Amino acid sequence: MEPLIEIRHLAKSYQRGAQSVPVLTDISLDIAPGDFTALMGPSGSGKSTLLNLIAGIDKPDSGSLRIAGLDITQLSETALADWRAAHIGFIFQFYNLMPVLTAFENVELPLLLTNLSRSERRERVELTLAMVNLSDRMDHKPSELSGGQQQRVAIARAIVTDPMLIVADEPTGDLDRASATEVLALLNRLNQELCKTIVMVTHDANAAQQAKSIVHLDKGELLRSGA
Amino acid sequence: MFALRLILKNALRHRLRTSLTILGLVIATLSFGLLQTVISAFYAGAEASSATRLVTRNAISLVFPLPLSYSPKIRGIEGVTGIAHANWFGGIYQEPKNFFPQFAISGVEYLKLYPEFVLNDKEQAAFAHDRKGCIVGRKLANQYGFKLGDVIPLKGTIFPGQWEFVVRGIYDGKQANTDTSQFFFHWDYLNETIKKTAPSRANQVGVYIVQIGNPDNAAAISRTLDEQFRNSLAETLTETEQAFQLGFISMSEAIIVAIRVVSFVVIVIIMAVMANTMAMSARERLSEYATLKALGFPPRFLVLLIFGESLLIALIGSLLGIALLFPSAAAFSAKLGTFFPVFDIAPQTLLLQLACAAVVGLVAAIVPAVRSARINIVDGLRSIG
Repeated sequence: MEPLIEIRHLAKSYQRGAQSVPVLTDISLDIAPGDFTALMGPSGSGKSTLLNLIAGIDKPDSGSLRIAGLDITQLSETALADWRAAHIGFIFQFYNLMPVLTAFENVELPLLLTNLSRSERRERVELTLAMVNLSDRMDHKPSELSGGQQQRVAIARAIVTDPMLIVADEPTGDLDRASATEVLALLNRLNQELCKTIVMVTHDANAAQQAKSIVHLDKGELLRSGA
Repeated sequence: MFALRLILKNALRHRLRTSLTILGLVIATLSFGLLQTVISAFYAGAEASSATRLVTRNAISLVFPLPLSYSPKIRGIEGVTGIAHANWFGGIYQEPKNFFPQFAISGVEYLKLYPEFVLNDKEQAAFAHDRKGCIVGRKLANQYGFKLGDVIPLKGTIFPGQWEFVVRGIYDGKQANTDTSQFFFHWDYLNETIKKTAPSRANQVGVYIVQIGNPDNAAAISRTLDEQFRNSLAETLTETEQAFQLGFISMSEAIIVAIRVVSFVVIVIIMAVMANTMAMSARERLSEYATLKALGFPPRFLVLLIFGESLLIALIGSLLGIALLFPSAAAFSAKLGTFFPVFDIAPQTLLLQLACAAVVGLVAAIVPAVRSARINIVDGLRSIG
């Protein structure tokens, strides 16, 4: 099967003053469609940087990164923004919801970049919020929701456009155990039932256990990957 | 539509901060409007002047009079269709702070040259038949409660003595900018009294008001008129009524320039306050802007949000400032009495207030908008709001 994500000799470094600090060195990795991959490693290992590159919100120094056959490193900023809007669903550690918008409006956000009509958008948002079991909270603002509920709103926002890839950066990092279990179960469901490809960065070994495969990084290098 | 909703919600996010910024804008817009109205008030006389009226005065200074004997000679100049004369009286009504302009005028012939002073025939006749009669403008009458038949005592300063006049008419203005704060009485009454008390000052007038048929001939007639009295004991200087009024305004030029500068300084100060508000708001929302960019929203959407919010706040502040300008100007005018005969808010002032608010809104948003649009998504997501 053709990999959904095909990474070859990817490298990335950051400038600290005059010094160039390598973050990722010669990363090559394939992720199959429908996979649920956990990126693990200690702080500073480069796992979040790798996730950002896969999500198209950062650019590598060298190497290629093909997603569904498209080398996203070659796309312009505008084309990359359109590509992200169409194909990527984001889940962040701190949810990153718009505090002034309701749960419904937050989930509707990515749909505003599509050609869907207002009623089509409403239908989709309501369906998605029902999937994450938040139909009764759609008029609530993030400040009126618990951490777990906020993360479920963020998950709804990530899947409402039916993206080919969901990237999650420490999705349980800010949650208590019960909420974390709930969120991981939801991600699992998305992967199992909707066949969504998920790449998740996590420190939590329990969270990583939910993934089908685990990729370990250390000091910017790929150590090993396993099921 | 969504952008508009988000702009509105963002603007109301920090209610105290937004309210204080709006309060600042209200005060700045109001101050700007009041100061601009004061400037307009200085120029009101010049703007209300007629193009068919010339003013002839002593070439040395307005302080020096002209002989009454010039009147027939001026009347005889080709193109002159009417002539009247007047003297500045400068009396004190009860106490010096009760200032209002008082003129001794050549009766009804003077009034004929000023059709903008609307006086009914009955009152005009009553004034014409009473040598101690006077007419007052509506604004002046309202301010001091003058009514027909009232006796108004004035203490002379330029023309010493205790003077008394009987109100025979109250004139209205034909236009909104007509000065209705003036007091007119008969020059003949002044002259007859002076003949007894200071004969050397009799038969002299302060200025001649010369009516001409065609405003295009103003310069030529002025030259002819002044030429006629060249090398006389009292050489004349003739100019259009507007130029004459502007001559007075030029004496206050430094004050007007200072007021104008202050009015714009107020706008610059509020621009800095507004820019600070917008910069703070944008800085706090970096993570949200980065999220929007990550979701695929283009940078121009962020620019729209920030400019929209800035303009919305500026617009609300300026509209409230404009709304408050009307009662404030009325109160200001009432307090100043007849110091500014006309204290009306010009439509240009309102437009200028709106334009300044728009500039404040736009300028304040430039830096935060550019910064937010250029924000690196990864850096923005790391920032704490």
